[in-house]
Amino acid sequence: MVSLETSKAIAMQEILIISGKGGTGKTSVTAAFAHLAAGAVICDLDVDAPDLHLILDPAIKSSHDFISGNLARVAPDKCDGCGKCAELCRFQAITLKDAKAVVDEFNCEGCKVCVTFCPTRAIDFPDNFCGRWYISDSRFGPMVHAQLFPGEENSGRLVALLRQEAKKLAESNQAEIILSDGPPGIGCPVISSLSGSSLAVIVTEPTQSAIHDLERVARLCSHFSVPACVLVNKADLNQPLAEDIERRAGQQGLVSIGRLPFDQIFVQAVVAGKAVTEIGDDRSASALRKAWQKIESILNNGKTQPKGETKK
Amino acid sequence: MKIAVASGKGGTGKTTVASSLFSVWPELAAAMDLDVEEPNLHIFLGPDPRRLRTVWLEVPELDEERCTYCGLCSELCQFKAISIFDGVGMTFPEMCHGCGGCFEICPADALKVKRREIGSIHGNQRFLMGRLRVGEAMSPPLIRAVRREAEQIFDPGMDIIMDAPPGVSCPAAAAVRDTDFILLVAEPTPFGCHDLKLAHQAFRPFGIPMGVAVNRAGIGDDSIYSYCSGTGLEIMAEIPFDRAAAEAYSSGQIVARFSEKMRSLFRVLADSIRRKVLQRQEG
Repeated sequence: MVSLETSKAIAMQEILIISGKGGTGKTSVTAAFAHLAAGAVICDLDVDAPDLHLILDPAIKSSHDFISGNLARVAPDKCDGCGKCAELCRFQAITLKDAKAVVDEFNCEGCKVCVTFCPTRAIDFPDNFCGRWYISDSRFGPMVHAQLFPGEENSGRLVALLRQEAKKLAESNQAEIILSDGPPGIGCPVISSLSGSSLAVIVTEPTQSAIHDLERVARLCSHFSVPACVLVNKADLNQPLAEDIERRAGQQGLVSIGRLPFDQIFVQAVVAGKAVTEIGDDRSASALRKAWQKIESILNNGKTQPKGETKK
Repeated sequence: MKIAVASGKGGTGKTTVASSLFSVWPELAAAMDLDVEEPNLHIFLGPDPRRLRTVWLEVPELDEERCTYCGLCSELCQFKAISIFDGVGMTFPEMCHGCGGCFEICPADALKVKRREIGSIHGNQRFLMGRLRVGEAMSPPLIRAVRREAEQIFDPGMDIIMDAPPGVSCPAAAAVRDTDFILLVAEPTPFGCHDLKLAHQAFRPFGIPMGVAVNRAGIGDDSIYSYCSGTGLEIMAEIPFDRAAAEAYSSGQIVARFSEKMRSLFRVLADSIRRKVLQRQEG
């Protein structure tokens, strides 16, 4: 069935590269796709340990503080050591030392319970400055990225903010594609990256660990009704497992978009600060080109046959 | 003693190192997988461990019969999990962080305790793991629950090898805190070095001694070596890149059992970690 293009507005598509298991090659793949996509808005949503900028070498155009949530802070002169706060805190963030409440900032969830119930109003609740985010220019296109300060929380909120900024940037640049490097795992920042995306590209590898993790991340995609496809990296490390992954992926309704060889060029490219597709036309680069073509055709099909929910 | 195996970057070989250390550890040891989003250690240590229990978070449910719509709860909630507006009250249990403030503040006793499953704990006398429910966002409470479970289940004298989640934010911090040693597994690449720095900075305030195991030594560049020598972070092992070992890992084998060379490498690493912790405990 073919539907008419009713609107002249550009249909923006958000492609998210994820993996479940870390270290399967998300960032190398994202860099190559950013090179091939030419003109996409590029976004690094792994705000906890971002690496994409090491390849894209972006020139920062604007830098912004990320202030999110609050932290409890005890004014010792006002604290009478009653212990009410420590008793109510469900995050083990408050202990009493020398009859004064002491907040452990790493455990503090910023829930305000201690602030609210302190009988002597001894606890302040200052804003939490927990990172920085940037709008930059890279040789592959405009880029939105961030760095959460080490040990901080609120990564989900920072991811949501970056996605919003990427959309604004895509609108002003008339870009049709937002390409995002996602975080590992299936928790808070991944959920924040995934919900409402147009397509998830799951980069996996033929190891028992990665298969286990792929199954969970694929379930997460289906939970949020995001269509997903699978790219098997380091495929020749274990050929039978690579085939097994593709078979299982098919059973879970995921499209396989190809295999990448176990190839030193990935490390060489990172060391050189280049995308794999920039430094040669070998088998890895051509497999990445084919994979990107498949993604483009999935996206084109998606325009006429909407699949799942795509929040705009 | 508790040893956390951590890394900033994912996929640097935490589970490879944790399973290998566990298999060569000279004393009776237990293992714990705190990468609850994507736990893999059990794949190497044996069959799927028994489910011990479900971990819940207490979330509110509104009893509109009792609610006076005073709005104190929604004003307190920092996570937009309760909305009271114009005579309509709603809860959004998936947004709740489980602080319990709303139960405490409600003057009309209109909030009932409901539970949200965040995940489950699996294991036995020598091994524990958490498994986050798919769709659940909050892993730190589950990580803390697994650690509390360990205090109940493991013999108090036993050494514990802990596989931490990747990254440097709250889940990783919840896993490495209150341990005796943090072993950072890093790859000798620009990505590996960048994320090692982040992990080193994030964990330094905890005051726990740290060391580095370089995995896939020989690939990439020298950046992590200069970072470590510049900051005094000790490189305690270099695990050479070996395609045959990588293939063994891919099918779920413990790398320390792959060859005599690997076994003795991990045995030396285990000994030097133990020596450091014991020296610190005595001194």
